[in-house]
Amino acid sequence: MQLNFLAIIGRFALGMLGEIGRFSRFAAKSVLSCVQAPFFLRNLLQQTMTIGYYSLPVVGLTAVFTGAVLALQIYIGGSRFNAESIVPTIVVLGITRELGPVLAGLMVAGRVSSAIAAELGTMRVTEQIDALTTLSTNPYKYLIVPRILAAVIVLPLLVLVADIIGVMGGFLVSTQSLGFNGGSYLKNTLDFMEADDVSSGLWKAAAFGFIIALMGCYHGFFSRGGAQGVGAATTYAVVSSAVLILASNYLLTSLVFS
Amino acid sequence: MAAASGHGKQKIVLKGVRKSFGAKHVLDGIDLSIDEGQSLVVIGGSGTGKSVMLKCILGILVPDAGSIHIDGKETTRIAGRAREGVMKKFGMLFQGAALFDSLPVWENVAFGLIQGQGKNRREAREVAIDTLAQVGLGPEVAKLMPAELSGGMQKRVGLARAIASHPDVLFFDEPTTGLDPIMSDVINELIVERVKDLGATAVSITHDMASARKIADRIAMIYRGRIIWEGAVGDIDHSGNPYVEQFIHGRAEGPIQMDILKT
Repeated sequence: MQLNFLAIIGRFALGMLGEIGRFSRFAAKSVLSCVQAPFFLRNLLQQTMTIGYYSLPVVGLTAVFTGAVLALQIYIGGSRFNAESIVPTIVVLGITRELGPVLAGLMVAGRVSSAIAAELGTMRVTEQIDALTTLSTNPYKYLIVPRILAAVIVLPLLVLVADIIGVMGGFLVSTQSLGFNGGSYLKNTLDFMEADDVSSGLWKAAAFGFIIALMGCYHGFFSRGGAQGVGAATTYAVVSSAVLILASNYLLTSLVFS
Repeated sequence: MAAASGHGKQKIVLKGVRKSFGAKHVLDGIDLSIDEGQSLVVIGGSGTGKSVMLKCILGILVPDAGSIHIDGKETTRIAGRAREGVMKKFGMLFQGAALFDSLPVWENVAFGLIQGQGKNRREAREVAIDTLAQVGLGPEVAKLMPAELSGGMQKRVGLARAIASHPDVLFFDEPTTGLDPIMSDVINELIVERVKDLGATAVSITHDMASARKIADRIAMIYRGRIIWEGAVGDIDHSGNPYVEQFIHGRAEGPIQMDILKT
């Protein structure tokens, strides 16, 4: 009984170490491939459209409602000690420093990480990735690098859009239903916002883009077992991207941007 | 037991190739030699190690032990540009064709020319359409997506992709699986013709004996990860090997036992 228990722990530890090793090797190989020719620019452009342009609606909607509800909640909280005027400042800081990058990251993780894992997973189980190898094409350079670079480039742009739309969401609610003057709302927003507030969010977005693409590619690239395996890869990709986004957000904020 | 082939120049030589997945020993010391210009078909039941052997030769899997020489050069541990250089000699028709879903037919066929040889797209498209004609497909197929093709057409596009860059060695993984007998024969004919046109060496794996008889110069049988018989295609019917005889006649009784639970 005790031996069985120890064997279970041993198997678990070995399995986990094996997975960490495989992931580290995959990540290192992917990053190295990003700086080595050849570069597949057509694929990069295609991925930029898929990850960036097609994510705009979901990111925009998330941002506008987040900005709007943030304004409502801060107004309720602020009114308890006569500080309603703080609404524009808290909305812009909240959106640019945290909610913009994190919520856009999570939404893109749900949309893009799963799509990448499903696509690469299907390519793996139908031997399309093996076919690439037999056609003298490195799958890391052809499949992984364009997705990682596109996500790292596009996420900050999406977050910038989310920041603007989020602030506008707060602006609309504040001016239309909370009685704020439009001009003074915008003035307060701009007066108390610093460049670092925006840039820290954009740097974090680039890191989240890397995480989203890497996790999608990793789980898809190593998926096996037919449709069930591809389904599992998709789930793992979304869950691991979301958890890593939240964890890295804390680490980046506390170590670099606090 | 196995291994030596004819007397021509050896194109591919496997010596003592072993490959395990966990406790399962899939290849247990494969010795095989394929002469230049020869068409070798490896037969064997499901799960006997045929596909793994092919993937080891192609460099998709790395053997645990043994050596694989291609044109006299050891290839089991090469990577990067050296591997890509070896791959340029190869063309491969996969069991399910493995066409790229996201690319139209012509780009699938021209893929090796554009990515591997750096040909411009216009030129590559023309070569792709010519190659499609060689496998009996018209130019109207070129712009279709793989999902719009039947199984037989997908196989023919896969064959066109394999031969488009004029490889030295062609690999065929179960080329007739999933096809009706007539389409199987069409594919077999195309394989024989195209291999002859290119003067290429061909390595096929199959459990379809009609296909093996049609496309092989030599046949080798793999069982439990080892080559248990090898000979000219004409010798297969009097091999004197009970495993080969059971396999080619498709008998349930014999030395090869299937893991089936009988009630």
